[in-house]
Amino acid sequence: MTMAEQVLARTSGRRAVAAGEFVTASADVLMCHEALTMCGSQLRRVGISRLAHPDRVHVVLDHFFPAPTAANARDHTRARDLVERYGITNFHGHAGICHQVLVERGAVAPGRLVLGTDSHSTTYGALGAAGAGIGVTEMTYVLATGELWFQVPPTVRVELTGTGGPGLMAKDLVLAIGGRHGTDVAQYAAIEYHGPRAAAMSIAGRMTMANMGAELGAKFAMFPADGVTAAYLAGRGAAAEPFGPQPGASYNRTITLDTTDLEPQVARPHNPGNVAGISAVAGTAVHQAFLGSCTNARLEDLAVAAEILRGRRVHPRVRLLVTPASQQVFLDAVHAGHVAVLAEAGAHITASGCGACPGGHQGLLGPGERCISSTNRNFLGRMGSQEAEVYLGSPAVVAAAAVAGELVDPRELWTGTTL
Amino acid sequence: MSAPVAEEGGVLRGRVWKFGHDVDTDVMAPWGVIARPFEERRGHVLKIRPEFAAEVAPGDLIVAGRNWGCGSSREQAPENLALLGVAAVVAESFGRIYFRNAIAQAFPNVACPGIWEATEDGDELELDLATATVSNRRTGAVLVGQPYTSEMLSIIESGGLLEVLRQKVAAGELGDGEPSVPGTPVPPPTSPRSTP
Repeated sequence: MTMAEQVLARTSGRRAVAAGEFVTASADVLMCHEALTMCGSQLRRVGISRLAHPDRVHVVLDHFFPAPTAANARDHTRARDLVERYGITNFHGHAGICHQVLVERGAVAPGRLVLGTDSHSTTYGALGAAGAGIGVTEMTYVLATGELWFQVPPTVRVELTGTGGPGLMAKDLVLAIGGRHGTDVAQYAAIEYHGPRAAAMSIAGRMTMANMGAELGAKFAMFPADGVTAAYLAGRGAAAEPFGPQPGASYNRTITLDTTDLEPQVARPHNPGNVAGISAVAGTAVHQAFLGSCTNARLEDLAVAAEILRGRRVHPRVRLLVTPASQQVFLDAVHAGHVAVLAEAGAHITASGCGACPGGHQGLLGPGERCISSTNRNFLGRMGSQEAEVYLGSPAVVAAAAVAGELVDPRELWTGTTL
Repeated sequence: MSAPVAEEGGVLRGRVWKFGHDVDTDVMAPWGVIARPFEERRGHVLKIRPEFAAEVAPGDLIVAGRNWGCGSSREQAPENLALLGVAAVVAESFGRIYFRNAIAQAFPNVACPGIWEATEDGDELELDLATATVSNRRTGAVLVGQPYTSEMLSIIESGGLLEVLRQKVAAGELGDGEPSVPGTPVPPPTSPRSTP
């Protein structure tokens, strides 16, 4: 069985399942952000005041923190009240972006079924877990019953091969896959990332690629749990058993990405699949550079930005916003000296949270403005005005553009690699 | 909302609004107005066709290309369409979370490869949900899409997942004696239900 099939077999109490089967699965971990308040309203309406497994629920308030409006602050109060009323013990407050917080706090282990009220719940696949985003009504259902229906997905196997060239980050790889194969390449399917580049990739890089599995249409986007996973989870309180596909697992398609001659990638407006190499868009002026989101705002990402910005200044036309993925990432970046380097270069460091990525607050775009962003989506109007443009790139591409005032090949400023 | 699954005879008939490929949830439910009452956000739904929100009539159908509803898990995407009166969406394919959210809300969406090329804006279609059969009254063409599984259809015919929960409470399988109010209308969201 594939990784997805093994997870859904175990959680539905079957010995084996195959792609296409319909199962009712019991979730191991549930993640709610501010959407918990809507779940609470729905549960009350149908007459349910107890959760099936309050100990499996994790709550992080990240989308509207710090609260930009009084109504958002009121919603946070309601969420805290619900946490208390339901006896939810895993309340993480405003510790950062939900996916980063659950991963860094050891809430997710290989082989677990993790459902979250956020489409980028695929991120948990970095640890070999089956993470999927669901809507509020489905979360209400699974909070009440502990279970949810699934159609066992076929799996697309993605082989990552080649050498890691200068200037490359995991973001470039996942953008390249969407650009070449379409943002529906894994529609209704699971992804398994394999191959030497996947094996060598850090958990931070794996999180970026699993995260943007959502932009490839995937239900789950999983890396096998290996020694890298075990090393990351050591000391975080999570079980770190190896987990991968069984011999003879059946895939409906295999895609290979050779990174050897890959140049840094950029997604142009207004779709994550509208991808080009950086050379095709170099010279495009930008007004804002955003380093944030569950896709790319981890310590490794801030370190790359600091390497590029050390001893340089942010271009006078550009505002560089840095929103660390979590308070822990922020603290680690302070201790590592990255925050001072970024601030000396002229970057603005904001509170951890989703921030500008979904267009909520902390850095929206006005009409006619253009942003280079380390986030996952550049849909029309995503970060503010419908007359603004968002380009997506790696933290290296974002930092280099912040210096140059326009899109530029980051290899002109940085010869490192995180691959 | 518990949209009617189908008219008499299990067949929906309606006028087509045609959209393209990769239409995302952000343009169905823009973040900037997502927390407002529906009457205040209705004018912002699918502004990629500026006349749509004002002119769409109850019972109209949407025909779309590949990957309709890609993106966020926000439930207001299918909910906004249903509240505008759209009876169903027929598309080449769907973003998976959008598709599930629509089932949870009992809003019919049918995947039908070939529909995009075969349909023009303003066509009149007949859609038989049980068989996913789509008939074009202008051209006479008949396409058969991918019918809902019996499990999905069961959720839709129940009126959505909340109604399924309500039935479990009524049957004593769930809940704790708090009275449920059958048929309580779902109020418009006051905060984003779920997000990117």
